[in-house]
Amino acid sequence: MKHKFDVIVVGAGPAGATAAMVLAKSGLEVLLLERGKYPGEKNMFGGALFGRVLNDLVPNYWEEAPVERYITRKVITMLSADSSFSFDFKTTKFGEAPYNGFSVNRSRFDRWYAQKAVEAGALLVTETVVDDLLWVDGRVAGVRTRRDQGEVYADVVIAADGVNSLLAQKAKLRKNFLPNHVTVGVKEVIQLPKATIESRFNLSGAEGVSNEFLGGLPGGMQGGGFIYTNKESLSVGVVAQFPTMHAQRVPIYEALEQFKSHPSVQALLKDGVVKEYSAHMIPEGGLEMMPKLYTGGMLIAGDAAGFVLANGLYLEGVNFAIASGIAAAQTVVAAKEKGDYSSGSMQHYQQILEESFLLKDLRKYKHALTFIENPRLHTTYPDLICQLAEKLFTVDGRSHQKIMPQFREIFQGQVSWREVFKDVKEAGRAMIW
Amino acid sequence: MVVIEDKLNLIRYRVSPEAHIKVDKNRCVNCPHQACTYVCPAGCYSKTDDGQLLFAYEGCLECGSCRVVCDQGAVDWNYPRGGYGVSFRFV
Repeated sequence: MKHKFDVIVVGAGPAGATAAMVLAKSGLEVLLLERGKYPGEKNMFGGALFGRVLNDLVPNYWEEAPVERYITRKVITMLSADSSFSFDFKTTKFGEAPYNGFSVNRSRFDRWYAQKAVEAGALLVTETVVDDLLWVDGRVAGVRTRRDQGEVYADVVIAADGVNSLLAQKAKLRKNFLPNHVTVGVKEVIQLPKATIESRFNLSGAEGVSNEFLGGLPGGMQGGGFIYTNKESLSVGVVAQFPTMHAQRVPIYEALEQFKSHPSVQALLKDGVVKEYSAHMIPEGGLEMMPKLYTGGMLIAGDAAGFVLANGLYLEGVNFAIASGIAAAQTVVAAKEKGDYSSGSMQHYQQILEESFLLKDLRKYKHALTFIENPRLHTTYPDLICQLAEKLFTVDGRSHQKIMPQFREIFQGQVSWREVFKDVKEAGRAMIW
Repeated sequence: MVVIEDKLNLIRYRVSPEAHIKVDKNRCVNCPHQACTYVCPAGCYSKTDDGQLLFAYEGCLECGSCRVVCDQGAVDWNYPRGGYGVSFRFV
């Protein structure tokens, strides 16, 4: 193998593959390194891919990419022990090209996507772990891989090495995570016949649903559950905030089983066959966990940079990864024209991101972390809302109460007006205005 | 009670002969929480009846949870050698 490239991209997930593809198309010599046997082997998400950014790079990508279902129905469900209360939105508009989002299987999708970088001219080398950065004159100048004679040099290294990004730490661009900056998610892929999925989830043809759940986890544990429909399977999982796992010391796979056995969830999974179990961390900390994004000869992209928007309403990551991969590539192309790979030149990356939806959205929702860490959001409110609905819809031969007195009766002793007011204000600041 | 082994049995691994995560168990003796034992989604960390920590890397899902919750400096975390470790096919 050649020992000097224009660019080395570490990690062939969506961020790395995007950067490699755009750079190779611009005529640069790109080495794309992946630790798995194939790109996507180590990757997992919920999940949905919101592909509008991808469509700019690979027009009509859904015609060739291994996508599962286009998401036309979004459901947010609150769970109490025995009840559920859902907001359910469905539109045929999300079923029209260029589509709002797709469910995908990452081990297939990422493999396809990295191949686009290869077609553009990037050299993909798999089964290769990067252990360290190489430095020349105080600048990153390459990587040391865990292979014989594994040192490879480049003008720029793009670290797209995922949520754990050891390279961002090696470059001293990031400190250790705080436990509230990342969450852990587990997921099972549960096989069901296509026709069952469509009738059970009110879908026709290739339509799909994303369903997120609040509540329903073991006592004290905060996070949520999810169900996404694939062609012939469901992705079913839970996500947990680390600091809240200490209350009852319940493992997350127990939480997954509890979620799956909730009566409203169980009915959706009935007769399904579990095909695979997986786990992954999610960098949910947003701006609070964002590392410094560049140094001389190096940029950080995707999960490695904490580029995920997870605030309850939006759960986006792959689109952020792709946008950051584009920005990283543009930065390197501009740097090559000037022949300047210094930190000052790499700073251009930050500027591009500031002007894109990526940092705009992370800034806009910077209060979301406080909002989603609120314990009342995860247990008290789902419980009370389910109780209120039960009371409201009960017909028992007695005269009905109007909503306000019922509301007062149920909320009394559970949560104070002062807390409700504070939470509404916090939710508003985080999400609404 | 869920048996984690039932879940791990569904997953394909190519187990490397050497452990990619090293745990300094001397540091676990006085750990007040041993959070790794319930936070690891693969159940790689367990405790013996006399309180000793056990760690088995073979079922590791390479998520990084243990390095986030260990505040004793006991977890020397890394990826397995290229091409080894967990191999997701359906997710």
